[in-house]
Amino acid sequence: MKRALLIALAAVGLMAAEPPPAPDRPLPDSAQEARARALFADIRCVVCQHEAIADSPAGMAADMRRLVREEIAAGRSDGQVRNDLVRRYGDFVLFKPPVRAGTWLLWFGPLAILLAVAAGLLMMVRRRSDETPALSPDEESRLADILAVEDNRRDPDAKASDH
Amino acid sequence: MAAWRRGTRPRDACNVIVELGSFALILALGLSVLQVGLAAAGRMRRSPVLAGGAQGAAIAAAACVAVAFGALIFAFVVSDFSVSNVAANSHTDKPMLYKVAAAWGSHESSLVLWCLVLTVFGAALARGRNLPFGLKASAVATQGVLGVLFLAFAVFTSNPFERLNPAPFQGQSLNPLLQDPALAFHPPLLYLGYVGFSVCFSLAVAALIEGRANDSFWPAWGRWVRPWALASWAFLTVGITLGAFWAYYELGWGGWWFWDPVENASFMPWLAGTALLHSAVVTERRGALAGWTTFLALLAFTFSMLGAFLVRSGVLTSVHAFAVDPERGLLLLAILGASSGAAFALFAWRSPRLKGGGQFAPVSREGALVLNNVFLTAACATVLLGTLYPLILEAAKGATISVGPPYFALTFTPLMAVAFLILPAGPLLAWKRGDLKGVGQRLAVAAGLAILVALAGWMAFEPRQALSAAGIGLGGWLILGTLAELAERIRLFRVSPKESLRRARGLPLGAWGTVLAHAGLGVFVLGAVVETGYRVEAARTLAFGETVTSGRYSVRLDGVRIVEGPNYLAEQGRLTVTLTDGSAPRALTAERRFFPAGGQTTTEVGLDFRGLDDVYVVLGERGQTAAGAPGWSVRVWWNPWARLIFLGPAIMALGGILSLLDRRLRLGVGKRKAAA
Repeated sequence: MKRALLIALAAVGLMAAEPPPAPDRPLPDSAQEARARALFADIRCVVCQHEAIADSPAGMAADMRRLVREEIAAGRSDGQVRNDLVRRYGDFVLFKPPVRAGTWLLWFGPLAILLAVAAGLLMMVRRRSDETPALSPDEESRLADILAVEDNRRDPDAKASDH
Repeated sequence: MAAWRRGTRPRDACNVIVELGSFALILALGLSVLQVGLAAAGRMRRSPVLAGGAQGAAIAAAACVAVAFGALIFAFVVSDFSVSNVAANSHTDKPMLYKVAAAWGSHESSLVLWCLVLTVFGAALARGRNLPFGLKASAVATQGVLGVLFLAFAVFTSNPFERLNPAPFQGQSLNPLLQDPALAFHPPLLYLGYVGFSVCFSLAVAALIEGRANDSFWPAWGRWVRPWALASWAFLTVGITLGAFWAYYELGWGGWWFWDPVENASFMPWLAGTALLHSAVVTERRGALAGWTTFLALLAFTFSMLGAFLVRSGVLTSVHAFAVDPERGLLLLAILGASSGAAFALFAWRSPRLKGGGQFAPVSREGALVLNNVFLTAACATVLLGTLYPLILEAAKGATISVGPPYFALTFTPLMAVAFLILPAGPLLAWKRGDLKGVGQRLAVAAGLAILVALAGWMAFEPRQALSAAGIGLGGWLILGTLAELAERIRLFRVSPKESLRRARGLPLGAWGTVLAHAGLGVFVLGAVVETGYRVEAARTLAFGETVTSGRYSVRLDGVRIVEGPNYLAEQGRLTVTLTDGSAPRALTAERRFFPAGGQTTTEVGLDFRGLDDVYVVLGERGQTAAGAPGWSVRVWWNPWARLIFLGPAIMALGGILSLLDRRLRLGVGKRKAAA
């Protein structure tokens, strides 16, 4: 009884869970199809959770894929296709946000952070080394003598293992 | 029906155990409060008796949370649907592994797991023998505060033992996407990593309170922090990899990392933790960078808490996120703000006074590790920016944007690529003052070979892409450069092989750990670059007997039948994979599973492991072939070198474990000097 119910439920579920989206029909021109696929990876399915239309099984994604293919077949450039999608769905549709006033921080932030962290750490190290006087010429030459001996240049770990 | 339910287990015993769990959780909260009070008082009065009491309270709190978590698992195992959490996430038909795993599949119960790890690690910290009195008492008090905050959150807002009256006859089951072996073990490992950083956090706070400009303090502190950082990092590495592997074969999208906000949430603590590991080496060996290491220790757990907030607050939508109401999210944000805010304020106040020892020239091991930290921190900040920016922009201007893989490919990837270029030089540089020319000579062979690897990669894969070939060279550079360092240490080819072997045996485990972790990273880079750059996808609607070709493989659909699983029904496609130039064909199955309990459908990917490559087959809906015959849509990916993506991090984690076992970390500073 339970099993029959399960099968019946599943049969209904498998067929009617979602009307199957129209199957993807690749473009006949393989160069155009390759361009379409490259675009799919960068365009977000607008009803999904962080999924590209290349990945999403949703009907909406299938519609968007068809739209992209149609536009490419009509001879439009990648940029024009993107612009068209943005006009329809907003910037949200692009996984690569446009560079404009509102996204400067997003795009140039990483570089700024890299420079800031580097400057901060450099200052920390500099301040520290200013506190100790530089080696005198005499000390420098003694150091050079010590370093000239191969054994003294080795890593302390390696040394520990040697003895 | 009622009789059948009663038949599963005597209700009274069940009720007692659930109530015991509920009580134990509240008791644990009380004990944590006691832990904070006793540790703080013990610290201020310098009383070993009070501090000993705090240790007892910490251990008792851990035991109580363990009892609570055990009771929760019990409720799931016996399917006690009078507990609302069980009713919402379990089902009598579910296999036992997923009944148990459901105990960390929801917000409420996974929070108990979080508290369990927090208190168990807190108890381990309280039992630590080598720590000086003041530092230990302060750390135990801090860990106790974290315990109080999270246990109070669990008890007052997310009680996992909340009852339903009347109890439903059947549960709503766990999201079938989560019913998967990799995902059953993914959260516990992830939490061991996330929450392990809490001990680093507590030790950092304690060091800020106790720390002084003392030459011997910071190396010792570095040695106490490192094992915790290493263990957390290794757990987190395995946890994240399991999650990526799950996404790879369970979602059926052919990819393994989507720069999904929740994936990023787990990646940020990992990046901060990796920076911490390296910075702590400098502090331990040379007493330098004390302030920076403390900062990173605070940062790593802050990112863990941020991750918990992002996943549980509902501000992000993701396949991995718990759907939870914003009110709890706000409370989590308050916990995050209070604990991290206080810690960073303490840092701002105290860190100018912190002074370690250790001068070093820019070109030195220390200098290389500082550079490593610059890049890792910038990369971590980039992930943070990419994850939070859409939220901030929407809140500030109402504009919605999406930040996805192309953004990270342009920002995160170049940062890491530069860091990887520098990486092999680091371990070869001497402490204090390195010899760049000497290092260059020692790496010349590895660099030459890496260029050959890049050229070979350029020739071997179609279509030819300069950037992917460069990536292959970079992966090769990491592996070869690391091996060059190993060869240098055992003086390979410069002394007799027997002597080299003796030296290899004599190398400390930590050195082997470094070699494995860096080489594992190279293995991962190779896999990630080749899979991303050269995977070939093909999709067609096939009638029985027809084939679809993807890269070097062709896949034939032989038939589809209905099979019955424990709690699902599936359409199972039988397919045959053959190499296009003719080798032994292999049969595999791919399924579409339907779970009646939740009404969901999932895909079960068919994977044919071919050496390092995967042939990845997804069975789709019924449809019509080009010729108009009835057929099934089949998507096939050829994922070259996909094996390395998951093998690399496993090697890295193994490296972390080896380093953890290093004798040096178990000895006190004084003892080590005596031993050497």
